[in-house]
Amino acid sequence: MVSSAKSVDQGPNRGLVEVTSAHEVARNPGMPLDLSVVQALRVNKSAAERRVAALPGRRSIKADAQAAWLLNAVTCIDLTTLNGDDTEGRVKRLCAKAVTPVRPDILAALGMADRRITTGAVCVYHRFVACAVEALEGTGIPVAAVSTGFPAGLTPHELKLKEIEASVAAGASEIDIVITREHVLTGNWQALYDEMRDFRETCGDAHVKAILATGDLKTLRNVARASMVCMMAGADFIKTSTGKEAQNATLLVTLIMLRMIRHYQSMTGFKVGYKPAGGISKAKDILTYQALMKEELGRDWLRPNLFRIGASSLLADIERQLEHHVDGAYSAVKRHPIG
Amino acid sequence: MNVASYFDTMSYGPSSESDAQARQWLAGNKHQFGHFIDGEFTKHAAKNCFEVNEPATGKLLAKVSLGKKADVDAAVRAARKAQAGWAALSGHARARKLYALARMIQRNARLIAVLEALDNGKPIRETRDIDIPLAARHFYHYAGWAQLSESQFPDHAPVGVVGQIIPWNFPFLMLAWKIAPALALGNTVVLKPAEYTPLTALLFAELAKAAGLPDGVLNVVTGDGSTGALLVEHKDLDKIAFTGSTAVGKQIRKATAGSGKSLTLELGGKSPFIVFDDADLDAAVEGVVDAIWFNQGEVCCAGSRILVQEGIAEDFHARLRTRMSKLRVGAPLDKSIDMGAVVAPNQLKRIKGMVEAGVQAGAEIFQPEIDMPGSGCFFPPTLLSNVQPTAAVATDEIFGPVVVSMTFRTPDEAIQLANHTRYGLAGSIWSESINQALDAAVQLEAGVVWINATNMLDAAVGFGGKKESGFGREGGREGCYDYLKPLAWSKLPERAAADPKLPVAASGYEVRAVDRTAKLFIGGKQARPDGNYSREILSPKGKVIGEVGEGNRKDIRNAVEAARGAKAWGTRTAHNRAQILFYLGENLSVREREFAERLREMTGASAAKAQAELEASISRLFTYASWADKFDGHMHLPPVRGAALAVPEALGVVGVIAPPEAPLLGMISLVAPLLATGNRVIAVPSEPHPLSGTDFYSVLETSDVPGGVLNIVTGASLALAKVLSAHNDVDAVWAFGSPELSKEVEENSVGNLKRTFVDYGRRIDWHDTAAGEGELFLRRATELKNIWIPYGE
Repeated sequence: MVSSAKSVDQGPNRGLVEVTSAHEVARNPGMPLDLSVVQALRVNKSAAERRVAALPGRRSIKADAQAAWLLNAVTCIDLTTLNGDDTEGRVKRLCAKAVTPVRPDILAALGMADRRITTGAVCVYHRFVACAVEALEGTGIPVAAVSTGFPAGLTPHELKLKEIEASVAAGASEIDIVITREHVLTGNWQALYDEMRDFRETCGDAHVKAILATGDLKTLRNVARASMVCMMAGADFIKTSTGKEAQNATLLVTLIMLRMIRHYQSMTGFKVGYKPAGGISKAKDILTYQALMKEELGRDWLRPNLFRIGASSLLADIERQLEHHVDGAYSAVKRHPIG
Repeated sequence: MNVASYFDTMSYGPSSESDAQARQWLAGNKHQFGHFIDGEFTKHAAKNCFEVNEPATGKLLAKVSLGKKADVDAAVRAARKAQAGWAALSGHARARKLYALARMIQRNARLIAVLEALDNGKPIRETRDIDIPLAARHFYHYAGWAQLSESQFPDHAPVGVVGQIIPWNFPFLMLAWKIAPALALGNTVVLKPAEYTPLTALLFAELAKAAGLPDGVLNVVTGDGSTGALLVEHKDLDKIAFTGSTAVGKQIRKATAGSGKSLTLELGGKSPFIVFDDADLDAAVEGVVDAIWFNQGEVCCAGSRILVQEGIAEDFHARLRTRMSKLRVGAPLDKSIDMGAVVAPNQLKRIKGMVEAGVQAGAEIFQPEIDMPGSGCFFPPTLLSNVQPTAAVATDEIFGPVVVSMTFRTPDEAIQLANHTRYGLAGSIWSESINQALDAAVQLEAGVVWINATNMLDAAVGFGGKKESGFGREGGREGCYDYLKPLAWSKLPERAAADPKLPVAASGYEVRAVDRTAKLFIGGKQARPDGNYSREILSPKGKVIGEVGEGNRKDIRNAVEAARGAKAWGTRTAHNRAQILFYLGENLSVREREFAERLREMTGASAAKAQAELEASISRLFTYASWADKFDGHMHLPPVRGAALAVPEALGVVGVIAPPEAPLLGMISLVAPLLATGNRVIAVPSEPHPLSGTDFYSVLETSDVPGGVLNIVTGASLALAKVLSAHNDVDAVWAFGSPELSKEVEENSVGNLKRTFVDYGRRIDWHDTAAGEGELFLRRATELKNIWIPYGE
């Protein structure tokens, strides 16, 4: 068993030389599918609900700490556009926002001008990978591509692998795959494991985030088991949602997935990242998510190499809160550059 | 610290609730308080006062008057004066007042929450999110019972004037638990808050007055144990309701014995927290946090005794230790802490001492390396594992943030370990199997059981203990009965003292029937009395009409053992118990003439009266046969997704001292409700007229009553009652007879705090079905266990 590499405690002080920041953690190589572990997983929903209900009252993040935590969240955002009407122009605008997510004067007022605050990545469909890579050249911001027949994940398996290959070839260093929900809903863990292992292999050096589409899986037990199988098959991150399901990321689902990450780490020593996606649009919410990361997993999971947030409108709310912190007056969206 | 350094460390930073308004309230009162009596605050007693300190800092918060006899007398007088008028109000009128109190609490919620955190040391999160909202909820809930009181409790009256003594661990919440039901049902109150934490009670008194509560309905007398003792001993109180330690509860039981005061006690615990190997372990770990690191572990129902299945123990403890390292301990007003300060230096010392002794006894200690405040009364979250049941930490209540852990092998061993304690307040069961969880819930000897949850409390669900954790229930419908008395028993006549008659010497020449001296009936067999003495039984004219065995303490011991062994009676189906009670009635009816004749012979009753008693006895057996499968509890509606089942459970082994009058009907009126609900009984028949009891042996033998379920020991009522009530393996004693008998039974019951049901020498008319049968008796024959079953997949 390989012990996890100690992450370098530099925060997101990334620059050109640190394009490998997402690689500070030893990569999860996966393990053979162990069905006894998977079958033994149990989740008590009511108890989980009580935990997430009590958490916001147990941890309050205010003033300077709040500003810092919001900036940290910015560095973990996978700034995303996944719409049918996306164009290169739209993607370039998004990339510009990823490079300068917060107005420099606000950063300066917060004493953070020298920290090169950027988002964690930009996340697009395969079609726009090359465009985004070009737009972000020299910034160190990775490009993530959703893949494998996103969002339903029902295209032929071979085509999914080809899609991954194409995105990696186009320069994506992160691939967000979707799993076949049918495998979970029918308890076909071997099929899920095999599929995920193929995805991981095909990704090569690109990091793979496994989207479980928790809204489709319905039960927390399904979420727990799917999380575990994907990690066993070598997922670098587990991710809640495509953003297209009826139910996206929730604190409840997050709690369960984090506990699975912890469980996997205790079995293997490897740290797997977590990405909630969809539905997180308020600064206040992301404070709670981060508190949950810190409480359930620890400080290491508050860095972009182990934590990403799939969001499109969250950043605008964070910007408003940061400006409010700086000058004490409530802010407006239009005072901050559009992404 | 600035933004950049927080950014680098991702630490929480300070986030403190303001205490400005609470301090302002204290300053407005010049940091000095009198008592609240008859709607007014008395002058602060500068010569008789004590200091109230802030546990987190040790600093003085206020000086509070120490209640003396004159204060207690004045408060009781005021409450007495107000009681009739308050009780005479319509339920709706009282509902309006309680509703106003609920609203008043909500309007001032933050002030109360902050003051409570300052005074007690507990985190503002808990007072803000749990204690104060729940207190308001109790007033809402009982405003409802006030509104419904006429329709729901038509045969009941308020108990009267109630003395209430509350603890320091939930000062405001316990105030609500005590005051809301008392006032709702028409009682008036003298409340004594705990010495350490009287401030929110004084604030509440101020708010209650502003909310228009009539003068005298609520009185608050502050003080220490001596003030509490004055209340306990006060002659003009109708009831004492106490929450606190088992030791003090026992003192109160003793002090009030024979006084006729109603008593409810909510005492200590060492509640088991059982983790089966099919539990969601992460959920169970979080459960431990809520069980023992809630309110610094200063919780009577804290899950302080982890019982974890051996195969998963290591994994579970590892997860628990990881979780503990994330706990934060700090100033009560810090909004990012899990635990605040222990209430007082004394308490801290006690906790430290017990933990040290536990470690010396071989326990493995784990305390996480977390930041602790430099000064003040703080103790870190502590896990003692590898604890042996012989260690004091395994059996005694620590009342601090310390959990002990032991392992078990099988579900039955888990139950055995869980129940192997004098306490019986609560229990928490963690398992994802419905069979395992419910089976354990039913078997746990506790008043409250949480399945896959812990420390859930709600106004709609009764809370209270079994065994030495006390008796009485707070919350829900069951909580109402503890503040009501049955109208049918409100004007009982005093029983005439026994008329000692001298035996008339027998002529020696009359021809007697074949001798049939009755033995005792123990374990389903007739048994010769241990002492081999018998007593003569006389007719009203003084003629010897028979002899019965003179039972002694060893006979009681044997009978209790037989009853203890007949445990299966309680797990038979209710239908089966009903059948046997019906059959008893049938077989008694077959021998109607003989039993009627015996009643005439013993008591000198007319044929018609004897016949009436016999028929009433048969009817009574039918009544309880009928109830056996119908006295079935409730499903409460707490605000959770789930059920809370209020299940009436048998008390266990019960001693019955039958009244002297109505020799057959009296005994059956007491024994039948106990048997119907699954208890096993040791009955002492009417002392002057025991022959109906001994004649009953053969009816029992022909009616399929299993051996040991009903044991009958004849002899001197008072002497046998003393043995029964002092016996620590008897769960309850019902004693009907002289005032002295009542006093002896109540006094002797303290050993294991058995439930007592006595008449203080006042005679129930057993022929009156309103007073002599029905739910009044069934409620006394059972105790409610509330099983919380949150669910969801």
